Formats: sequence, C-alpha cells, structure tokens
Amino acid sequence: MSSESSYYVPDSSKLPIFMAFGLLLFVLGAGSTINDLGKESSNSYILLLASFAVIWGVMFVWFSNVISENNQKMYSDQLNRSFVHGMAWFIFSEVMFFFAFFLALGYVRLFAVPWLGGEGEKGIANILWPAFESTWPVMETPDNENFPGAHHNMAIPGFSKLHTWLPFWNTLCLVTSSGTIALAEAALKKGNRTSFKSWMVVTISLGFIFVFLQGLEYYEAYAHMGLTLGAGIYGTTFFLLTGFHGFHVCLGAIILTIMTIRGFGGAFTEHDHFGLAAGSWYWHFVDVVWILLVLVVYVF
Amino acid sequence: MSAVIEGHHDDHHHGPAKGITRWLFTTNHKDIGSLYLWFSFIMLFIGGAMAMVIRAELFEPGSQIVSPEFYNQMVTNHGLIMVFGVIMPAFVGFANWLVPMQIGAPDMALPRLNNLSFWILPAAFGVLISTFFMEGGAPNFGWTFYAPLSTEYAPPTVTYFIFAVHIMGASSIMGSINVITTILNMRAPGMTLMKMPLFVWTWLITAYLLIAVMPVLAGAVTMMLMDIHFGTSFFKAGGGGDPVLFQHVFWFFGHPEVYIMILPAFGIVSHIIETFSRKPIFGYDSMVYAIASIALLSFVVWAHHMFTVGMPIAGELFFMYSTMLIAIPTGVKVFNWLSTMFKGSLTFETPMLFAIAFVALFTIGGLSGIMLAIAPADFQYHDTYFVVAHFHYVLVPGALFSIIAGAYYWLPKWTGYMYDEFLGKTHFWLSFISVNLTFFPMHFVGLAGMPRRIPDYAMQFADYNMIVSVGAFLFGLSQLLFLYVVLKAIFYGKKATGQVWEGAQGLEWTLDSPPAYHTFETPPNLEAGEAKG
Repeated sequence: MSSESSYYVPDSSKLPIFMAFGLLLFVLGAGSTINDLGKESSNSYILLLASFAVIWGVMFVWFSNVISENNQKMYSDQLNRSFVHGMAWFIFSEVMFFFAFFLALGYVRLFAVPWLGGEGEKGIANILWPAFESTWPVMETPDNENFPGAHHNMAIPGFSKLHTWLPFWNTLCLVTSSGTIALAEAALKKGNRTSFKSWMVVTISLGFIFVFLQGLEYYEAYAHMGLTLGAGIYGTTFFLLTGFHGFHVCLGAIILTIMTIRGFGGAFTEHDHFGLAAGSWYWHFVDVVWILLVLVVYVF
Repeated sequence: MSAVIEGHHDDHHHGPAKGITRWLFTTNHKDIGSLYLWFSFIMLFIGGAMAMVIRAELFEPGSQIVSPEFYNQMVTNHGLIMVFGVIMPAFVGFANWLVPMQIGAPDMALPRLNNLSFWILPAAFGVLISTFFMEGGAPNFGWTFYAPLSTEYAPPTVTYFIFAVHIMGASSIMGSINVITTILNMRAPGMTLMKMPLFVWTWLITAYLLIAVMPVLAGAVTMMLMDIHFGTSFFKAGGGGDPVLFQHVFWFFGHPEVYIMILPAFGIVSHIIETFSRKPIFGYDSMVYAIASIALLSFVVWAHHMFTVGMPIAGELFFMYSTMLIAIPTGVKVFNWLSTMFKGSLTFETPMLFAIAFVALFTIGGLSGIMLAIAPADFQYHDTYFVVAHFHYVLVPGALFSIIAGAYYWLPKWTGYMYDEFLGKTHFWLSFISVNLTFFPMHFVGLAGMPRRIPDYAMQFADYNMIVSVGAFLFGLSQLLFLYVVLKAIFYGKKATGQVWEGAQGLEWTLDSPPAYHTFETPPNLEAGEAKG
C-alpha cells in the first residue's frame, strides 16, 4: 500500500475456499443426517461433525488473522468503518430472519386459527373439522388425534404467581445482562480494565443462566406439559421462536465468552475494541428480540 | 480466462497469481466478478437445456419424450437455476466488476468475504443438481415450492434442496453486505450519493432488498424442514397451521426478489442508453426516486401472487391497488429512457439494440403485469400460460437482455478486446425474433386457458405450442452464438481503447482496457458532477 490512507486489500487467501468446502460438507452432512433420522445404522453424522470441525477451524484462523492484521495497524479508519457497516447489516439480516417467524405467528393467530374455528371472512374453513373451536393458545388442535395438543401452555399465570414463572426470570437475566455489557463497555472506554472484566463475567454468566433456564423450561414442557414440537401450531410457534432465539443467545454468549477471554489476555484498548462492540450489539439485538417474543409468545 | 486480465502494468504491486489457485484464493473484485459471470453463463446453458427438454415435450400434445415426473423436475430446476443460478449471479458479477470502478474504490469493502460469497454458490448448485442422481429424483414441486407439495408429498431430496437454498441465501446476504458497505463507505471523495452512477444506485437498493428478504426465504425453508422431519404444523391445517402461510412467507420474499432481478437491469440499461444517445440520462433524480419507490412498494404487494387462494376481500383490494401503484415509478423510468433517446445522436451498436429491445419488451411484460394485478381478472389468468408469458417477458427480454447488453457494453473494458459487431448484431436479431416467437404466443394459449406446469395439453393449443417450441430452440441456439462471440473477442478480438465508446461517461472509462489488476489504489480526484450519470 502506497499511502497511509489507502485501503487494505488483503492478498489472495486460502480461508474462504476452505470455508466454502466446510459449508459444502455441512449441506451434505446435514441433509443426509436428517434424511437418515430413525434409520438403524447411519454414519452420515460423521460428515456433519467434520463440517463443523472445518467451519469452526477456519473461523478461528480467519478471526485470528483479522486480529493480528489489526494489531499490525494495517487497517485504516475507513476499513474499520466497513466492519461497522458489515456488522450492522448482518444484524439487520438476522432481524429479518426472526421477522419471518413473527410473521408466521401473527398469521396463524390473526387468520388461520380463527378461520379454522369458523370465525371471520374465511370461517368456511370450519367445515374441515366442525368441532374445532378457535382459542389461543391452541390446546386442542383441529385434528387432535394426529396432532395431539399440549395439556398445559406457557402463558403468563397472572402477576401474583410471577415468581414461579420461568420466562420472568429469563427476562430479568437478559435485560440485566444488556445493562451489564453496557457497563463493561463504558468501563473499557474509561480504561478501567478490572471493572470491564468483572462486568463481562457477570454478563456471560447471566447469558448462560438464561440458556440453562430455557433448557429447564423445555424439559418441563416435554416431561410434564405434553408441549412438544408435534403439539399442533402452539407447540410449533412456541418452540421455533424461543428455540431460534435461544440458539442466538448461545451464539451471542459464545461470542462474548471469547471476547472476555481476549479481554483477560489484554486485548482491546479504549479506542480500538470493535470485536467487543460488535458482540455487544449482537447481545442487545437478542435482548430486543426476547422482549418482543415475551410479549407475543407468552403474554398476549 | 487467463487472457482476460493480464497484469501488464508496472505501477501496481502485485498482479494475479498463476494457475487455478488465482481463482480459488482470489480477493480481487475483478477476478471474482469474472467468476460470477462465467458461473452464470454456464448455468444459463444448464438451465437452458432444461427449457429445451420442456419445449421438446410440449412440441406436440400427448406424452412425447419424458415422463411427467421428470417433466416436473425439469420445470422446477429450470426455474431455480435461472433465478438463483443465472440472473442473480450475473448481476452480482456486474456489481463486482463495476461498483468499485464506478465509485473510484480500490476493491470491494470486504474482499475475503467476497471470495466466500462466490465459492459457496457452485457448492449449493452442485448439491442441487446432484439430487437428480439420488433416490426419488430432484425437487419436483415448482420453483415456488408450495407446501404441501414440497413437504408432505416431496421426494426425500427436498432436505438437500432446503440446505442448498440456505447456502444460496447466505451467498446473497454476504455478497449484498459487501456491496452495500462498498457503496456507503468507499466512494471517492466528492462522489455524493446523488452523483453516483445509476448502476451503483440500483445495486445499493438491490442489496438492501436482498438483505431484507433472503433471511425470510431462509425462514420459509426452515419451516418446511421442521414440518417434514420434526413434526411441526406450520403448513398443516390439522395441527392448526395453514398451507397458505407458506405462500405468504414465500411471496414476502418472492416479490422483492422479482425486483432484485430487475433493478440492476435498469441501471445497466440506463448507462447504455445514455452512451449511445450521447446525452446524459434524462431525469437522473427521478430515476433514483423511482428505484427507491419500486423497492419500498415491493414489500407490500406480495399477495397478488395468490389472489385465488382464498383471501378476505380487503386483502384482494389492498394488494390489487398497491400492485398497480408500481406502474407509476416504472412508467417514470420507461419515459425517462425514451426522453433520453429523444433528439439524441443515436447509433445502434449491439448493446444499444439489446437495451432498446429491453425497453420495448420489458414494457410488454409490465403491461401484462398490470392485467394480472387486476384481482377479478386474475381469477381467469391465474396459473395459465399467460402468467408464464408475463414473467418470461420481464425476465428474458427483460433481465437477461440487460445482462447480454451489459456484457457487450463492458466486454471491451473487461477483456481489452472488441467483440465482432456483425456477429453481435446477428446474435441480437436472432434473439429478438426468437424470444418473441417463444413467449408472445404464450399469451394467447394462456388466455384461452392452457394451464402451466402440465406436460400435456388439449389439442386446440397444438399449433401455438409448436411455434413456441421452434422459437425456444432457436433462442437456445442463438445463445451458443453469444458464447462464440465472447470467446472470439477474448482470443481474436481487436484491441479496445480505454474510452471504448464515444459517448461513454463514468470513472470506469477513464481506466485502460483491460484495467490494471488493482485500480484506484488512491481515490481519483473528482470534480463536481464529473462522474454523474
């Protein structure tokens, strides 16, 4: 690069093609593993595991390269802005992924289920299962023999019993952790590294408590409530929305754990800590999704 | 391909690597652009071969060549390949080549991500095509893969299809993040948003649309996967879900997708028309606002694809009116192109011929679109060949013609060699005649009631179908001529100048032909207005 202000264009790199290979393995591995579900002997999962090894391995090397390039001051301000744009648009794409599932929930609650129950303009759908009545949550499905509904649902039990309701504690954890990561960032910007590291540990602890409580809730649902993936549209939307959210919390918690480990190793400065900032944005994003989710899945 | 970009300048630090690793490991936007374009070109012939099978089967009524099951696989994969494997990658190829050169940037903003975006595409399509050789055959439920055809009644290969779509989506999202970041962050000093070339504008908005809707497609196929293998009831009425939900989610992606496939075409055609009219584009600002309006409207029109599915009357009316609104910004664009040509010093080189054909024939497709937008009338047209005629008019003489026009227009810039003008014009006239021969009669058989996606048809449609098939074979052969013209230019073409076209404006024409391997390593100095249009 000739001048200081010029943009760093990396030399050709082997990383992307290895990543593409890992994703090819993933498609073949995931496809064959899922198609072989329920078969006696199948080794397809080995392909899937191999793909994870390749993908995670490449990601590790790739991020290490980026960090070391940044430490060698190869990145201009302009390039750092590219990372900011890139992360922002990536989060936007994630928002739209969740949008699809919120759209599905909204459609079944506002249209599909009432119509099946004989209400509204297309209530003629009721002729399929005349005994079906529209309620939400759908505890008794239209075809209850083939899609047995749940015995209990996860709806809010009333404010007096709030402390017995897991999603309340989940909400508390996640909202608090959104605050603690902001405190961690603020401490880092002030140069108070001890405070920064402590708040990071608090944040990821809250994150993992959330994941644990969510696991507990799923166990309760399967073991005691008859609420499963197969329990009609209520189970479907409940597990897909909370499940994808939980998966993103896991990802966010892993990202923040890595950032914390790096922080303990002396990474990040007061002005140069984009990895942490990006992880923090991601964390706020899963927090916002959770609040929306609590409202439409659990409360209303 | 190695003849395309020879690093023959001494003023840059490193030229391309030698051999195959250049293409596997490259981070250069020009290399990656070429990869996208060649990938798209190869897929055009694969998807085209499938179209030839379809037209051979429909040459005469009755079961002719292939089984109905295989016919369904042909229809499905023809659509999937043409949409995701030809039109979209071709436009991404154009974006890779042109966006950095048109805004005076050294490369794309995130070059390694750029390489990844490309190389997962062959992986996805390799898996998709390999399903033909698996148990149960390839996907056979149409490119729109409506549930429950694609869930309860799908072949087992649908699982691979689902993951392949995920990968295509990831490719598009990563590519779009790259394009949008490049445009927003890497413009040369002095190039304000309203001075950007129109192709850059169209891609800025296309990238936004892609990032907004590709995740929704990922959601749709994920719901399919869950319904098929994990017992959920998204699309099963018995569990309280609704098969129509699939159509809503799919078309929420699908309609913006339609504009993803046409907005970059608008950009390409705008550049070509102004160059060969030797006038700046008429109404630049209104062009930008029209593109943005089309993009915004595209989010609120999706259910016009499903008027007959049983929607409340309020829904039918809303989607009918919102769809008709799109005619306004689209009309603005068409009239701007005509006004640009008005009193221009017109010449009719091959790119201009394709661009003018684009304006005329895309307008035909747009007008049949307005007919389809009228909900009560759509009950008659729905799922007939009229719909097939409509979307082929906007995608073949629309999107594909713009890609061909752009390829002729920038080929001398990319390769440094001029194509054979006589052969180019021959290619145009063959394509122009055969494309109309293929798709115009489809309007008639469609209005008369011939259903789409059926391997057999009633006797009264026989004559028109034979004409359509002859046109299709001729169109397919004409594209082989295109391949020959491109190869001939690369290997035996005359040297092109940097300017190439007398009337061409814009930063890419200030570079050599072919441009150095790395261009604009320091941003160009822009005087106000210099790069406009």
